[in-house]
Amino acid sequence: MNTKTGIVEPSFLEHKGKYKGLFSWIFSTDHKRIALLYLFSILTFFAVGATLGLLMKFELIAPGKTIMTPQAYNAFFTLHGIVMIFAVVIPGLPAVFGNFMLPIMIGAKDVAFPRINLLSWYLYVTGVSLVLISQFTGQGPPDTGWTFYAPYSFRTTGNMLPAVFGAFVLGFSSILTGLNFLVTMHRMRAPGMTWLKMPLFPWTLYATGWVQLLATPIIGITLLMIVAERTLHIGFFDPTLGGDPLLYQHLFWTYSHPAVYIMILPAMGAISEIITTFSHKTIFGYKFMVVSAMAIAFVGYFVWGHHMFTSGMSGTALYTFSLLTFLVAIPSAIKVFNWISTMHQGSLDLQTPFYWAIAFIFVFMIGGFSGLILGSLAANVHLHNTHFVVAHFHFIVFGGTGFAFFGAMHYWYPKITGKMYDTRWANIGLVLFFIGFITLYGPMFYLGFKGMPRRYYDYDEVFHAGNIISTMGSWVLYSGLAIIIINLFASLKSRSKAPSDPWGGKTLEWTVPSPPPVENFDEIPVVTKGPYDYK
Amino acid sequence: MNTTPEIHRDDLASKTGMWFFLFTEMLLFGGLFIVYSIYRFRNAEAFHLAAHELNVAIGTINTIILLVSSTTIAMSITAIQKKNKKLALIFLGTTILLGLAFLVNKYFEWGEHLKEHIYPGSAVLALRGQGDVLFYGLYFFMTGLHALHIIIGLVFIGVITAMIYRDKITSDNFVLLENSGLYWHLVDLIWIFLFPLFYLIT
Amino acid sequence: MDLPLPPVLSHYLNLTIIMENEKNHIIPYRTFLYVLALLITLTLTSVAITQIYLGTLTVVLALVIAAVKSSFVLRIFMHLKFEQKMFSIAVIAVVLILCVVIIITFLDYLYR
Repeated sequence: MNTKTGIVEPSFLEHKGKYKGLFSWIFSTDHKRIALLYLFSILTFFAVGATLGLLMKFELIAPGKTIMTPQAYNAFFTLHGIVMIFAVVIPGLPAVFGNFMLPIMIGAKDVAFPRINLLSWYLYVTGVSLVLISQFTGQGPPDTGWTFYAPYSFRTTGNMLPAVFGAFVLGFSSILTGLNFLVTMHRMRAPGMTWLKMPLFPWTLYATGWVQLLATPIIGITLLMIVAERTLHIGFFDPTLGGDPLLYQHLFWTYSHPAVYIMILPAMGAISEIITTFSHKTIFGYKFMVVSAMAIAFVGYFVWGHHMFTSGMSGTALYTFSLLTFLVAIPSAIKVFNWISTMHQGSLDLQTPFYWAIAFIFVFMIGGFSGLILGSLAANVHLHNTHFVVAHFHFIVFGGTGFAFFGAMHYWYPKITGKMYDTRWANIGLVLFFIGFITLYGPMFYLGFKGMPRRYYDYDEVFHAGNIISTMGSWVLYSGLAIIIINLFASLKSRSKAPSDPWGGKTLEWTVPSPPPVENFDEIPVVTKGPYDYK
Repeated sequence: MNTTPEIHRDDLASKTGMWFFLFTEMLLFGGLFIVYSIYRFRNAEAFHLAAHELNVAIGTINTIILLVSSTTIAMSITAIQKKNKKLALIFLGTTILLGLAFLVNKYFEWGEHLKEHIYPGSAVLALRGQGDVLFYGLYFFMTGLHALHIIIGLVFIGVITAMIYRDKITSDNFVLLENSGLYWHLVDLIWIFLFPLFYLIT
Repeated sequence: MDLPLPPVLSHYLNLTIIMENEKNHIIPYRTFLYVLALLITLTLTSVAITQIYLGTLTVVLALVIAAVKSSFVLRIFMHLKFEQKMFSIAVIAVVLILCVVIIITFLDYLYR
């Protein structure tokens, strides 16, 4: 209720603006509506990517052909990677929860450039459409893997151009979102909210914004070079013309490694929010959390060569990248210590988001440790391009960003929808999902260690048992996922009504109604205290 | 709802946004500079010789054209601040003409190469050796991408010029003019580095 | 930029203060023309210098001159000299990051 006028303002969901119906959504510049547009798109493409994964795992349940040809398998893992990386996990948390929560958490009415925000979503939809078009036109879908390595990416007859161009457009969307968030935080923090009074989710979005801004253009230009190779035979990566395929890998990973920090930093920010709220305790080591986020973003720029240890780089490059890779793990470890220390002697409220946060810490650490193993040169020679790598990145990306995404979904669900989800089904879904997750990806560490290659359609009989377990894990995971998503949608119809602050959170989003009105605040708050002022 | 409408304009936010966008452009061309530096290192002799085939005179003239155009657009801001709309329009018109002159020069320069069948993917170029292929590949790609940015810049400046003509940009509200200037200066900056790297490494 | 506004003041304001820290700073035409003269001189110098064969020093000198020209364009034409320090720091940081990426890439190519 607006305390000045006494009028109950409609929520942003009920608000009647210039347009009606669908157009009131797809022409809206309200950051909250744009966030939901992204949520709808991202969940759709996540379903596509997950189904592709499910089918890939089914193919791998036995050696030899199960349900698809080898060429189809190549196309499947290519699309699975492109969709999951560029259309789900990179936009993921920033586009959905960053868009929805950032302005509210810093006491602003919207982002700095609302129309550019909408343009970001249009570019996102365009980019993914181009990628999907590549599946159904030309001489067959792309089959290079999402990494588009040269020289195959310019020699294959697969339909690379729409896919590559789609990725380029998606990159542009990411850049504009990062730019928007950076300027928003620089210019629109509420009076009294100094940088060091800003909550941690915005801080991680800030670090992420710089990575989006400075790393994405590199892949932009690299993709354009692939287009030039395919269309003009320009020769940058063609060994017959003097080019070096390895230079493609350098350029590609110079973006794609920082990209994983785009994926994980906002996830870490969301986890910080969830843990402080459900521990009813301020974050342990706020300043270290801020500095470690910036450190991850910064050092993360210089480790890309660890994706290329067996490619033929010089010895100097090898040990430089290995050393830097070990260094970048340190700020992540600091975060884990601080999360645990926050929980220690806190007043724990065991809710669904908190379970997701604890699960996150567990799988993130496994993923992180396996990353250190891969970062060791000698071990990498044995493990590169095996299923060990596949396990590593699924633990840390799906486990990391994915778990944080679901945690954030449940944490902010009451705020966004004004309703409460069904806790029982949410927890059942989580347990099923978790069991499925470990069963699906755990065996891959062993399989990879034993030598099973990745991106191979077929495998030796000695790997069969592990694959059976893994594939069954995918079924359990998928059903858990279905329960979680269905529960969140079904709960929209419930009669529950969520208060402004169902969890006892202290950040600004919990001071506005659930769901928030269009302009978030009646009056811009004046901030005098730190973000997690529990006493 | 508030009954008094809030007129909110944050010029510093607008300018900050433009600077951040310029950073992305710097990194975009930066990727090409990475490629250039590696291939120059590996084909130093061939790059050195191929650079001789570029016309230093046209390159120098183009460099000066862009420097003057940067000057004129900067002066147009001073003109607007001094409420001299006519002078601002003259400066902006000059900037646009200079930009077009640059493109015309480029057209003739490229035409010379095309006449000799030197272009990415041509058989003639492939026969000349890998160093030449890479040099000219980078030459066409980088100056081509740069020319595309000149075109974008000219369109941007054109729009701004029209807005000044219609008094949508005035001495109280000229951040869009500043932003178009920033973009144009960036295009100039890129050329400041392209020029020596292609024309002067003889 | 971070001064908290008393709630009373923000409540009654219906025109947000335009936050320009150099709203009234006007650079004279003359300054731009001096800089242009300098830039053209540097350009012609770099052309002249590179006609002399100096080995690798040629490239270095050409790039140094380019860097000097750039700093004038950045500081005067692009107004960095008169903006908040943060902008200059950001520009330098971006350039440095690019340089470090190039250097690290060379760690591969130099020592293969």
